[in-house]
Amino acid sequence: MPDSSELSTVVHLPPKRKRAPLAWVGNGFLLLVAALAAYILILNLIKNPVIFLQNVIDGLKLGMVYALIALGYTMVYGIVKLINFAHGDVFMVGAFTSFYAVSQFNLHKWPQMLFPAIPAGLSVVIGSITVILLSMVICVLLAITIERVAYKPLRDAPRIAALITAIGVSFFLEFFGALQFVYSPEFISYKSPFDTVSWYIMNGIHPIVAGQGTPDNTITFSNIFLIILVASVAVQFFLQFLVRRTKIGIAMRATSFDKSTARLMGINVDRVISFTFAVGAAFAGLGGVLYAIAYSSIWTQLGILPGLKAFVAAVLGGIGSLPGAFVGALIMGQAESLTMSYISTPMRDAVAFSILIVVLLVKPTGIFGEPAGEKA
Amino acid sequence: MELGYLFSTIVKMAALVAWIYGLLWGLNRKLLWQKALTVILAFGVIQGAFLLSFGDFAVFSGFDQGLLFQAVSMAMVAVGLNVIYGFNGQFSLAQWGFYGIGAYVAADITWWWSSGNASGLLVAGIGVILGGLAIALVGRLLRLKRGIPVLSAFTFYLIAVVAAGAVAMYLGHALVPLVQAGFGTKAAPGILASAAAQQVVFILAVVIAGAFAAEISFLFGLPVLTLGSDYFGIATLGFAIVVQTLMVNSDTILPFPEMKGGRGMIGIPRLTTWATAFIFLLLVIILVRNFVKSSTGRATLSVREDETAARAMGIDIAQSKLLSFVLGSFLAGIGGALYAHYIGFLSPSMFSFIAGFNPLIIVVFGGLGSITGSLAASVAWIFFLEGFLRVLLGQMGTEAPTWRFVLYPIALLLLMLMRPQGLLGTVEWGFLKADRLLKKVKPADAKTPAAVQKENS
Repeated sequence: MPDSSELSTVVHLPPKRKRAPLAWVGNGFLLLVAALAAYILILNLIKNPVIFLQNVIDGLKLGMVYALIALGYTMVYGIVKLINFAHGDVFMVGAFTSFYAVSQFNLHKWPQMLFPAIPAGLSVVIGSITVILLSMVICVLLAITIERVAYKPLRDAPRIAALITAIGVSFFLEFFGALQFVYSPEFISYKSPFDTVSWYIMNGIHPIVAGQGTPDNTITFSNIFLIILVASVAVQFFLQFLVRRTKIGIAMRATSFDKSTARLMGINVDRVISFTFAVGAAFAGLGGVLYAIAYSSIWTQLGILPGLKAFVAAVLGGIGSLPGAFVGALIMGQAESLTMSYISTPMRDAVAFSILIVVLLVKPTGIFGEPAGEKA
Repeated sequence: MELGYLFSTIVKMAALVAWIYGLLWGLNRKLLWQKALTVILAFGVIQGAFLLSFGDFAVFSGFDQGLLFQAVSMAMVAVGLNVIYGFNGQFSLAQWGFYGIGAYVAADITWWWSSGNASGLLVAGIGVILGGLAIALVGRLLRLKRGIPVLSAFTFYLIAVVAAGAVAMYLGHALVPLVQAGFGTKAAPGILASAAAQQVVFILAVVIAGAFAAEISFLFGLPVLTLGSDYFGIATLGFAIVVQTLMVNSDTILPFPEMKGGRGMIGIPRLTTWATAFIFLLLVIILVRNFVKSSTGRATLSVREDETAARAMGIDIAQSKLLSFVLGSFLAGIGGALYAHYIGFLSPSMFSFIAGFNPLIIVVFGGLGSITGSLAASVAWIFFLEGFLRVLLGQMGTEAPTWRFVLYPIALLLLMLMRPQGLLGTVEWGFLKADRLLKKVKPADAKTPAAVQKENS
């Protein structure tokens, strides 16, 4: 709408900061919604703080997994401006790879088989890490293949062509995986490379023994929660280091800033893009394994919704920003967990997307996003 | 048998594309009687093909007719999306949500009507009219003051529409006995339960469903259209997911027990005939063509090409985006309503956001900014995916649906790699081509949307 404030920017006068008329109505509406949400949360926090904390922990677990996926989305979008819908399915492949490695090949037991003298604990740790690394490697190979076959030929085509291709690849992975000779169209109960141990907190931390119930009103958490927490935070720091300090990270940032200039500066843009896909896929693979262990049931369309939520998280935090993806993912996790317990389970997606829309309306580039420059 | 079917499917696909070409060519004739003849012929050819059969061999079997009805409703959704994305450049994934809204609203109206209750029609009809009036009134009032932030405007509209809905709820239920007096009850149906009345109610339901979808899209689009292109896309994707969630819980969160939530709504009267489908398709084509060729439509196009330049020419960008979004959603609602009354059964799984990529694929496949392309691509897409692949893979037993979605992305991939601008690009046929006045002025360096997108990316 061509109003007076925009005219004044054209003639380079300092824009007059005049308050828009009736702005209080919209702000009041938002405040009302926020107050309602705060009321629900505080009421439940007072009513039963233990259950509230338990929900926060569940949300944290979910959010940390989303963070691992969101990294791939935000980096790829930051560099090639492509919503890589196949990323969620790479996550799924990570889960399935570890499942097959564990259930068919007993890969998690290799240290014990080769070196029977090794202590059992160490064997489990080494075996599990091997399984996770294998999944990551497979995901990296898959992502690089997808990038070479499906996206690279379309780099100069209209953006929508690449997006349609991404959707196509996503369909292909989901349904190819559902064929009988590949995986299975059914839900499969996941076989974890290590046993899940849970604890409850009541005057100290006690392990939960199978067959014995836990006392009421306690907070429980499991080792997989701790692993997800540690892995997600570690990956954050690793990527910060990679992007800020290493040569390839600088090349990534340069490419995302201006592709053609980066090429002029001697950066191999194609390799940087492949590398970005690979890094994103590696952490999606890690996320896939951890997600499968934590939620213990997998199928070939496993990746769709977490992938979508992770992308929303990346947008929420400001696409292209690594801390943004992390914070966005945590918000998404909390929103989902708290909505499920305090509003209604089916409305969790509605609430997540409403938060996204509200945040984008207030800050159009996301929480950590840099203000979009005027495009020539 | 399979090979014969394959061949005949391809022939039918080609014949339908030729039919579209003929229809558009005929509508472009100068004289009125020529146009009228074209319409009658176009209607008659298909209706004749429905009836024609040689012994066991039906030219257009029931299965093919189903494909055709699906193609018609899909064409409306795709043309609507083309108005939003192809002509106005707003990357929307909400189209499938509006399709679902249209389907459920229309189905609910006729479901109640056929079970002897006019309340659905009355409440929805009055609600749509009052909602539209409320939006118009608030819009007029808001225009008195310039520079009102979009969120405030949204709040006003929301309050007005909710109030209108409440009034409609009250009025509609109050009026039921009056209508019921002429209509009779389920036990003793009066004249209004006849087949003709059912058709009238069905047509009303289709229009109401479209208008309902349009009003929802107005409310949703008003704040969300201010977001940047990809952000808008994600927000609309969210809308589609929320709509599906509400459908799954239509009997628990929403107060519609007849929709039966995730189990699916059954018992919708199957009222869509080729006549109604054809008339609505024709109206949609004329409506969209006139919109695109009008000055408002050209303003819409200019917003796609360059927002800054369009604003400099005095075009209200926000209004232009909103108008095309509302128009596109209206068409999606109509398409959904026709589909619901063809298939007779609605389930939320039909409206998952995954299926929502299909209109987008069709629009890109046909060519962004080409209505002809969307029409032809809808036919080709349905016949390829539902006819061709389904029959081709028929022997594979239980795995056939899975194989279908393994081959489909591969076809998609190949198509995108070979022709990223879509099959027809921006080519239009006959009636939909630039009008005579504009044809003389040859655009010196008019850019195709593909070229513009390439530049922007």
